Amino acid sequence: MLTAILIMTGIAIVLGAALGYASIRFKVAGDPLVEKIDAILPQTQCGQCGYPGCKPYAQAISNGEADINQCPPGGEEGIRKLADLLGREVKPLSEEHGTEKPKSVARIDEQVCIGCTLCIQACPVDAIVGAAKQMHTVVAPLCTGCELCVAPCPVDCISMAPLAETVETWKWKYPVHELRSAA
Amino acid sequence: MISRLFNFRGGVKPESHKTESSGTPIDQAPLPKRLVIPLRQSIRSTARCLVEPGQKVLKGEHIGQGEGSLGTGVHASTSGTVVEIAPYPMAHASGLETLSVVIAPDGEDRWIDRVPFDYRKVSREEALGWLRSCGIHGMGGAGFPTHVKLGSGTGIDTLVINGAECEPWITCDDRLMRERAAGVLSGAMILRELIGARRVLVGIEDNKPDAIERMRAAASTIGDDVAVVAVPTLYPAGGEKQLIRVLTGIEIPQGKFGTDFGVQCFNVGTAHAVHRAIHFGEPLLSRIVTLTGNVAHPGNHEVLLGTQVAELLALAGPKADTDRYIMGGPMMGIELQSLGVPVTATTNCIIAASPTLFPPPPPEQPCIRCGECARACPADLQPFELYWFSRAKNFGKAQEYHLFDCIECGCCAYVCPSHIPLVDYFRFSKGEIWARERERTASDQARARFEFRNFRQEREKAEKAAKLAAKAAETRAKLPEAAATAAGTAAAAVAAEPAASPEDLKKALVAAALARAKQQKAAVTPKNTDSLSAETQAEIAAIDARREKRNTQDADKTP
Ligand code: SF4
Ligand code: SF4
Ligand code: SF4
Ligand code: SF4
Repeated sequence: MLTAILIMTGIAIVLGAALGYASIRFKVAGDPLVEKIDAILPQTQCGQCGYPGCKPYAQAISNGEADINQCPPGGEEGIRKLADLLGREVKPLSEEHGTEKPKSVARIDEQVCIGCTLCIQACPVDAIVGAAKQMHTVVAPLCTGCELCVAPCPVDCISMAPLAETVETWKWKYPVHELRSAA
Repeated sequence: MISRLFNFRGGVKPESHKTESSGTPIDQAPLPKRLVIPLRQSIRSTARCLVEPGQKVLKGEHIGQGEGSLGTGVHASTSGTVVEIAPYPMAHASGLETLSVVIAPDGEDRWIDRVPFDYRKVSREEALGWLRSCGIHGMGGAGFPTHVKLGSGTGIDTLVINGAECEPWITCDDRLMRERAAGVLSGAMILRELIGARRVLVGIEDNKPDAIERMRAAASTIGDDVAVVAVPTLYPAGGEKQLIRVLTGIEIPQGKFGTDFGVQCFNVGTAHAVHRAIHFGEPLLSRIVTLTGNVAHPGNHEVLLGTQVAELLALAGPKADTDRYIMGGPMMGIELQSLGVPVTATTNCIIAASPTLFPPPPPEQPCIRCGECARACPADLQPFELYWFSRAKNFGKAQEYHLFDCIECGCCAYVCPSHIPLVDYFRFSKGEIWARERERTASDQARARFEFRNFRQEREKAEKAAKLAAKAAETRAKLPEAAATAAGTAAAAVAAEPAASPEDLKKALVAAALARAKQQKAAVTPKNTDSLSAETQAEIAAIDARREKRNTQDADKTP
């Protein structure tokens, strides 16, 4: 009897130690749920959701502080994916946060730019190059289309242009299929 | 040398319709009124334009420099004047426009100096560079650059030259092999040497006996590591994996390529272009195009790249009831959205279609899961599953069922009793998956850049704070000693008190700083005044006087 108890205790101690070690050694950095939500968000970093970037919004969703329908760039598909992930109901985009728009990029009218650097400071992804009193320009492939640079410009030389379709981005359309009605 | 042939799975036997156009010799198409040469050679790369409107160019002159590793040179197909550089529709299913160089031919067709390129005297890299600058890329399928396909020159045992031409209606490779067999084989030998292959296998479908005979005759003069093999006529025998399977018996699994098994494949047209580039120093300027279908005079024409389809069609005389045109074959070709598109290196055929010749497909019906499509698929896929997932936009599942191994050959749609345009669904799915991948990369990049920016801002803030703190500490350390000097010079009364209060210390510091600034100001003298002319010196003196006067005035004004 005593041996059995001793053996069981021994096993419990060894396994406990192993588990304890593993929980320290293989600790997952960060919150996995936040990472998963963040991976779905479009990373436009526009703040339309009411948070300073996609990660904070992801954090807020995971804390239950924010709803899943506050990200206009993510649109319907984003909401659907979030609903799938979190096991919630799909709901339409909340109107107070904005509407879904086609993806655009910012363009600086270089003739008008006075080189104030205000747009550089506003851009969340460092997609604008320029220096004080020098012409600025947008690096289009890096621009997420967040529109945060538009308002700060004192001479209103930044405009948003929807991305044109190119041969690289062109897609075959969904086949239109007509089913023959039963004759 | 080839003891037996193998079979590939699936395949279909559509009516071949080859005899319409294969009977007459290749005709040299007349110089077009203008040439529209796209700077984008493929979906992957666009060349940098080297010419300006108004510039005179010679035949074969470089007008575009290939960019990136996949870029190849672009050349003027005839001599003339560059009229404009503007977007023109390209030969692509989208019908989108791409930047093109428009040349008005001068009618002289005057060449640049052509020098044969001795590829044996130079390094392999230089030879590939030459092919690249000559604009050589695949003329059979996707137009992949030849210098890239030649790879590193190791690990390839068998070079397959694809003369199968399995799609119905098309006969340009047939005519090429019948009339220019020696050139094709000479190109094949160059390719073999550059890729380091041991043997060359030329695969030709057995519905082209004349081509096989001519090629065999030409091959007999070369040696016995070249074999011309007649392969059974079965669409798509000209698919890369299928031809490799038939010739070598190697079954290339899903997700792998011929090169993983020591086999590389080139089209006969490409081989011929390599021959012209090396032995004659000619860049790729023309190709043979089959004009067939609902036309009065079907046949093959040697056409300058950049000739617009509308101008070319006049040679064949489309009949009145033609309602659309197909570029490529009926199985894999695309419907042309504009007749302004130019002929490019991959334009093998233009088919005029009429409702009688190509009746519109009957309406689509639900899939009955008969499995016909799976039996016909040469890529060993289950098209009905792919269809199901594509239709439901369940792209992850479609990928699991090897969607990307589909070669879009159209066999499945051809046999489907429910007339489902299966390939359209697969193309749609592939496009969506690619688009998602692009979005994913873009958002990953944005996330990384956003995080780095936040990190940078934090770092800058911390650095600034640290700097300020350091400075403050430094000043504080200096305080007692500065106070001592200030006290010594400024106010003996303060010095009398042994422990000056911090307030007084600060005041003393400010006083000391002011005194320093004043001293410095007085000490400043312009540096570059040594060798000035008398006038300039006078001018400076005048300015100084004015400034002095204003300073005193300002001083007067301030109470
Ligand atoms: S609204 Fe803007 S910042 Fe908020 S999650 Fe969507 S893209 Fe990111
Ligand atoms: S350039 Fe303007 S629109 Fe584009 S990411 Fe930067 S701030 Fe946003
Ligand atoms: S051939 Fe057509 S009907 Fe038959 S299983 Fe395939 S998709 Fe369905
Ligand atoms: S189109 Fe794709 S799925 Fe259909 S038969 Fe060809 S390879 Fe198979």
